[in-house]
Amino acid sequence: MNEKSVLEMRNISKFFPGVKALQNVDFTLCEGEIHALMGENGAGKSTLIKVLTGVYEKDGGHIYLKGHDKEVSIRSPQDAQRLGVSTVYQEITLCPNLSVAENMYIGRGKGLGMSWKKMNSAADKILQSLDIPARATQQLSSCSIAIQQMVAIARAVDMDCKVLILDEPTSSLDEQEVEKLFGLMRDLKARGVGIIFVTHFLDQVYEVCDKITVLRDGQLVGEYEIKDLPRVKLVSKMLGKELDDMSDIKSESAAYEGSDASEVIFEAKDLQSNAGIKPFDFTIKKGEVNGFTGLLGSGRSECVRAIFGADKVVGGTVKVKGKKVKINKPIDAMKNGIAYLPEDRKVDGIVGDLSVRENIVLALQVMRGFFKPFTKAEAYKFADEYIKLLEIKTASADTPVKSLSGGNQQKVILARWLLMHPEYLILDEPTRGIDIGTKVEIQKLVLKLASEGISVTFISSETDEMLRTCSRLVVMRDRKVVGELSGEDLTQTKIMSTIAGGEG
Amino acid sequence: MGSKKIISGIFRNQIFIPIAALVILALFNLAADPSFFKISFGYNSVGNPVLSGYLITILDYGSELAILAIGMTFVTAASGGQDISVGAAIAIAGSVMLRVLCGHNSRPEVLQAPIIVAFLVGCIVAMLFGAFNGVLVAYFRIQPMVATLILYTAGRSIAAWINNNELPIISQPSFGYFGGFIPGVPIPTPFFIAVACMIVTFLVLKFTTLGLYTQSVGINESSSRLNGLSPTFIKFLSFVLLGLCVAVAGLIKVSRLSTINYSVIAKDIEMDAILAVALGGNALSGGKFNMASSILGAYVIQFLTTTLYKFNVQSDALPAYKAIVVIILVVMSAPAVREKLSSISNKFKNKETKGVSM
Repeated sequence: MNEKSVLEMRNISKFFPGVKALQNVDFTLCEGEIHALMGENGAGKSTLIKVLTGVYEKDGGHIYLKGHDKEVSIRSPQDAQRLGVSTVYQEITLCPNLSVAENMYIGRGKGLGMSWKKMNSAADKILQSLDIPARATQQLSSCSIAIQQMVAIARAVDMDCKVLILDEPTSSLDEQEVEKLFGLMRDLKARGVGIIFVTHFLDQVYEVCDKITVLRDGQLVGEYEIKDLPRVKLVSKMLGKELDDMSDIKSESAAYEGSDASEVIFEAKDLQSNAGIKPFDFTIKKGEVNGFTGLLGSGRSECVRAIFGADKVVGGTVKVKGKKVKINKPIDAMKNGIAYLPEDRKVDGIVGDLSVRENIVLALQVMRGFFKPFTKAEAYKFADEYIKLLEIKTASADTPVKSLSGGNQQKVILARWLLMHPEYLILDEPTRGIDIGTKVEIQKLVLKLASEGISVTFISSETDEMLRTCSRLVVMRDRKVVGELSGEDLTQTKIMSTIAGGEG
Repeated sequence: MGSKKIISGIFRNQIFIPIAALVILALFNLAADPSFFKISFGYNSVGNPVLSGYLITILDYGSELAILAIGMTFVTAASGGQDISVGAAIAIAGSVMLRVLCGHNSRPEVLQAPIIVAFLVGCIVAMLFGAFNGVLVAYFRIQPMVATLILYTAGRSIAAWINNNELPIISQPSFGYFGGFIPGVPIPTPFFIAVACMIVTFLVLKFTTLGLYTQSVGINESSSRLNGLSPTFIKFLSFVLLGLCVAVAGLIKVSRLSTINYSVIAKDIEMDAILAVALGGNALSGGKFNMASSILGAYVIQFLTTTLYKFNVQSDALPAYKAIVVIILVVMSAPAVREKLSSISNKFKNKETKGVSM
């Protein structure tokens, strides 16, 4: 084992029925290094992490850790923790109703007895030393997601971890919070902790990482120093092909040019829901792609939820194709040809234990009615059609959707709504946590749908993605619509200044 | 190869659990006393041809349980909880039917209303009580066990109150057909009623989307709502359906005796019904379900009860034996044990394939 490395994984293999998830993958992590693990969905990143943290048992290969002469065997997450391998997941896995200190020490006591006073003061000390703005006695749920994540990291640090795995930690943070997190990561790096950073944000990789390991289809593509691998090369390594010019996909697809191109599909006036947004006006025309933009928590999701009737609508009027309608619950919206892909695919999107097939037909089935179930053959036909169309990677249409990777789950939900043949499609963060290849696919699909006359509202945390797809942006700040941008005004700077308050 | 695939398919299917339990019980009885399986043909006290034997008893008494298991499966799947008030609700439904049949006189010479009318009134009342539970669970979001505890506590008193605490007795023999034998048919009627219920359930599952909706709501309520379903209504509906099952089971129960004993009728049957769902391999936390498996589970529970009776276990001691079954079931279905078992079977399979290749 190399002097400087804290972790070496050699020839790791893992098989699932019908899938070779990992084939002879090597991975080396050095002391005081931030190492990005990159790859498309299904490339094997999560599987590698899960093998390392004892969630999966590997089918082949060896893991070496600093301070252990021989190969270590990690059979459970507890083993991993004991050996100094800690993980902070995308979803917070702490207990929100306990205090910060309790969360940091839960499950770590040797016996039953413990001194609360000691625990709280020890926790405060760590929080201070890591510059985390939280108090030990504060209830965890009263902290922002970013702080919660930092608490999880503090817990790991306090457990004397040598290898810290951050699995998509930034996907629900805004820019300032990301900066804070990066500060903490650099601090840990200086202390000699090896950090494995899994993310889909290329900018972030180039901001904090030292090395990149790229996986593709369960195989190692290579390990690179960050300065030797410009972005374009990284992307092409991840995809295994040269990337077509992403910045120009908008001009590729023609705008919708039907005779009814100026028809207003959906119009809301003073719409207001119980989710705390100020009343807003909104219109969308046939074949138009527009979007809501703003910082996290600015109310963009709440706006589309109000349109779809997902939150309780408390005021305002809604017209669909010029006709006044009432949308009080999702089924009303669906009957008016509106589809909504929710922000949180795990909580609001997939029905985990049901098969891919059942998940795809669900919405259309509900529309069709209680007494008209699709026959199995019909359902298979629909499912197979969309599995092929969207290139969903699944063993079969009968596989439970929860066993698919995140990006493929997202495609299943997308398939569900496309199957409904909506006139107006709302996509809330459809590309979050999804690899760059699928991202571009989804963006292209949005533009293609628009050229066929479907109106689309697109929400994304990444402004460049919005700029690539939308022709009009509604800007939000503090749960209020503060501006609308289109045409020449659609630039990063203009959006930023509108979000910030527009004085500059 | 084909047969192997089918066999491994059965092993993986959850219906394997009740089948395995059934086989174990059958083997036990075969070893202990093969006469358990004897079915004899004879005539009962009124001269009707009847089949008798332990197996017939199982078919007979397992039928109410199977009917209840159908409703309980829906409730479990949709709400992720169980209804513990079905025994008390049976007392209410039975009491209502007797009240309609008897009118003001508790020992009528002739029935005051056709049996079908009494049955339908019983259905409506039982469904209303189901709706009461459903409202508490679906709209007020009270935990199912806690919500149904109310009716569990009050139900038998309500049943007694319906008949002014009298014990009505029906003397007309035709009322006894539902819980006994139809003249000329040697197989107990409850079995036919249960089969009818199964057919109706099967048709409902085939020709409506109830199964998909129930499972979807049980697995992910929030996402079901965004797909246009109303989780509250589906949960409510599942309790109303269980109410209907309760009424059918109640008819069989009061017909068996042609009278009612408020504190004893269908006592503890809710536990057996829940056990049937669990024995069927269905998660008691809701979500996916297998109806056939639940129904088979019900008959297996009755198989167990009858076996215990045959070995002269006191009825007071029965729950202790059932508890053993519950322990085994719960342990077997615990994720930790399942993983262990599947890894063992995988190893076994690997060895087998290696053996073939060499």
